[in-house]
Amino acid sequence: MSKNKDSIKNVFTVAFLLCLVCSVIVSGAAVALKDRQDANQVHNQRTNILLAAGLIEPREATFDRVNELFNEIHIRVVDLRTGEFAEDINAEEFEQLRAASDPERSQRLEEDPAGIRRLENYGLVYLVGDIDNPDRIIIPVRGAGLWSTLHGFLALESDANTIAGLGFHDHAETPGLGGEVDNPNWLRQWPGKKVYEEGTKNPRLGLARNPDPDHEVDTLAGATLTARGVTNLLQFWTGERGYGAFLTKYREGV
Amino acid sequence: MATEKPKEIVLNPIFKNNPIALQVLGVCSALAVTTSMNVAVVMTLAVIFVLALSNTFVSLIRNYIPSSIRIIVQITIIASLVIVVDQFLKAFAYDISRQLSVFVGLIITNCIILGRAEAYAMQNGPGMSFIDGVGNALGYGVVLLIVGFFRELFGSGSLFGVQLMTLTSDGGWYVANGMMLLPPSAFFIIGLMIWAIRSWYPDQVEHDEFKIQANTKPREVL
Repeated sequence: MSKNKDSIKNVFTVAFLLCLVCSVIVSGAAVALKDRQDANQVHNQRTNILLAAGLIEPREATFDRVNELFNEIHIRVVDLRTGEFAEDINAEEFEQLRAASDPERSQRLEEDPAGIRRLENYGLVYLVGDIDNPDRIIIPVRGAGLWSTLHGFLALESDANTIAGLGFHDHAETPGLGGEVDNPNWLRQWPGKKVYEEGTKNPRLGLARNPDPDHEVDTLAGATLTARGVTNLLQFWTGERGYGAFLTKYREGV
Repeated sequence: MATEKPKEIVLNPIFKNNPIALQVLGVCSALAVTTSMNVAVVMTLAVIFVLALSNTFVSLIRNYIPSSIRIIVQITIIASLVIVVDQFLKAFAYDISRQLSVFVGLIITNCIILGRAEAYAMQNGPGMSFIDGVGNALGYGVVLLIVGFFRELFGSGSLFGVQLMTLTSDGGWYVANGMMLLPPSAFFIIGLMIWAIRSWYPDQVEHDEFKIQANTKPREVL
């Protein structure tokens, strides 16, 4: 055995058998676990939405509870240019981030305060309760902080002006400084703030050192650039290039 | 080597012959996955699984592996096991797999695993190789857990996600040491550990490979 171990025939036999066995094991594991993994991904996404909307506490985010709450949420696609629902696009299959990198479904931003480079033509909204008169309106937001792109959800009350909650589920800002954007105690300042300057379509919300009590929250200590990024991205997505046109439909006196 | 008892094979790599502290292998992942105890424990379990089984399988077929492709064969086995672990984590511990992100995949490139396959499993039987794999993975895990303990305790004031010291940001008294959550602190802790272990076992101290002689020719100084 040891003599012909290094023969060319043996090299190929061993390599072939090894690859065969390993590929069976790997693909077996991948196929068998696919359903569970997909379910986890959906669960994670839904939990993030519910957490941002303040509809659930992190501890009670079990599969059943999340699914139960999510049954009351309608997912719709909105044309960001007009603010109208795009009924011909299936919201279940629409992937907003993929659309943002597709040249046919997005545009390059000349003026880019949020640092996202390309803006998609269509965006997702999550409406809690009734579609025409929702209890909560949840929109995805994203933008550049200091090191990374922050991804989160902003939840508004039915007047499309009062903030119900904010949450970031994906970022890589400095732990302890900019990373505090996902600190629940800091996020607790948001509910109740107004997005827009009174009677206008201009977003005023943001982070400031001496916060205006109606619109702004305390900035993050030692995280000037992350704070600026968060302010910019929130104002961008609630502004006219983002969901501004869509949100106007739910507001009164504008 | 041949006369080592199973018990010694398991216990030696933990302190006496620790893969991180003595051989200084696998340091990269030890920096990345030690910000909290939960992550460190899962990483340790994943490495125990991969290292023990890769050693066993390599050892089982060691008499058939042609020496010209032996490294490729070992890597293929290791990579397959790592993918299986990654898939399992994604299915059963999704949050932790998100925190570990690419570092599960990077177990493939952890030098400890390839090192044990090449240095031990190629020469020893499957049973002993399995034990050797468990021992070395434990050695790696012990370092991970010690580093993770200090980093999580001083960086976030908690252990296993349970808050032990209330942070000032939550209205408590403890000012979190943010540097503990950044990679350099793991270097410092590992460095201090290596110092401590080598003070305990002085024979681990590496001797200089050569001594610098005093200059004998005055002209060379100028």
